[in-house]
Amino acid sequence: MIHQYKNNGYNIIIDANSGCIHSVDDVAYDIIKLVDEGIGDAQLIFNEIKDKYNDITIDDVTETLEDIELLKKEGKLFSDDIFRDLAPYMKDKQSVLKAICLHVAHDCNMNCGYCFAGKGEFNGPKGLMSFETAKKAIDFLVEHSPGRRNLEVDFFGGEPLLNWEVCKKTVEYARLIEKEKNKNFRFTLTTNGLLIDDDVIEFSNKEMGNVVLSLDGRPEINDNMRKTKNGKGTYDLIIDKFKKFADSRNQKDYYMRGTYTKYNRDFAKDIIHMADLDFKELSMEPVVCSTDMPYALTEEDIPVLKENYDILAREMIKRYKDGNGFNFYHYTIDFTGGPCISKRISGCGVGTEYLAITPEGDIYPCHQFVGDDKYKMGNLDDGITKGEIVSEFKGCNVYSRKECDDCFAKLYCSGGCSANAYHMNGDVKTVCEFSCELHKKRIECAVMMNIALNE
Amino acid sequence: MKRIKTLDTRDLRASVKTGGCGECQTSCQSASKTSCSVANQKCEQCRDK
Repeated sequence: MIHQYKNNGYNIIIDANSGCIHSVDDVAYDIIKLVDEGIGDAQLIFNEIKDKYNDITIDDVTETLEDIELLKKEGKLFSDDIFRDLAPYMKDKQSVLKAICLHVAHDCNMNCGYCFAGKGEFNGPKGLMSFETAKKAIDFLVEHSPGRRNLEVDFFGGEPLLNWEVCKKTVEYARLIEKEKNKNFRFTLTTNGLLIDDDVIEFSNKEMGNVVLSLDGRPEINDNMRKTKNGKGTYDLIIDKFKKFADSRNQKDYYMRGTYTKYNRDFAKDIIHMADLDFKELSMEPVVCSTDMPYALTEEDIPVLKENYDILAREMIKRYKDGNGFNFYHYTIDFTGGPCISKRISGCGVGTEYLAITPEGDIYPCHQFVGDDKYKMGNLDDGITKGEIVSEFKGCNVYSRKECDDCFAKLYCSGGCSANAYHMNGDVKTVCEFSCELHKKRIECAVMMNIALNE
Repeated sequence: MKRIKTLDTRDLRASVKTGGCGECQTSCQSASKTSCSVANQKCEQCRDK
């Protein structure tokens, strides 16, 4: 299966099953399209395209067909899917716990209009995680990660800085045991920024491999959704803190991460606003919410959202060439050093490699399932008591979603976010078609940028 | 090739044998949290080289 598209003046072919990417001229683009439609004869192809290209000869077509044949033989074009039968075996290998999302605070000092975490409380009681619970979570992670050396812990909430002392003690505890247990802990912090101070910056720069800083871009856009408990905008309260934090990390190993909604479908402006402030590592995601919310994005928004991804890609190319580039998370794909096929087939690891743990020590498949009783898997005292939930997620891979069979993006998104699918369709083994459309567009842009910046 | 330029990409077939170590970052620990951005991760073995 191939996917071919034109973007920003480039003709691009993605060979879905091998992951190979080809940049082709107009003639080859048309010939490959005809071959894909089942026309393989040089004379027939020549007859089809000769009126479009004045200077083309039958020899040109024959030569291109020979190149296509060579790429086929090398498994780089029209390649067969050789991975399907291996998927369960690969998923099994990828199902060892290695990461936890530690909800150290189910409370928040902001009152954001779109919060999927129910104002930080995840439809449950307010609460801060005790150090004893956090310590148990670290022990649980160590105990249930045989054969894995790199372990990840994200301090999440609510707002984790409301429980900063426990975050620090948890890091100290993990560092204390990691050598003896032959583990290497990698910590991350996701924060709204209000409580960032010198201590947070200093400790994080020493211990946190990545920090995620929440900002939605332009002041009026940010302040429309991201408000204090008193209903005031937060941009002016956090922007200088974020600047100081990012600069102190030498503009590396962090993300400014925003959310866009129906109110800023022109979100490229928000990303560019952050770039204009000299933030270099940027991310922006569509809002996750019920479709009946006034700020929800719907199918009718897709064209303008796609246009914004194009605007962003073109602006990024321009800035890179001008020596003032910045990174956008979804366009940051390492085509030579990216994930192996095992990872691409297995997906994000929800419910198997990755778990979320609440302040009370309850265990969920990921942060987006927290508060949903159906997906409460157990707790730190009793362990996983609902093995059927683990089994359900072990059964999730890119081939378990029939919608992905004919999708060029399947080895990039691994079948998409199970939580999005569940919230949209009530079934983790489906796909959220709205998310798919945007994800495919982001991949198309990332591939185009790779070609443009390497020509 | 005159009309087709193939980009340098990881050989996924070869990675059947060399991959699967599980030491790479989980995607929701980076910057997504609401989408599955597996392809945006780096391979831990490639990173070490």
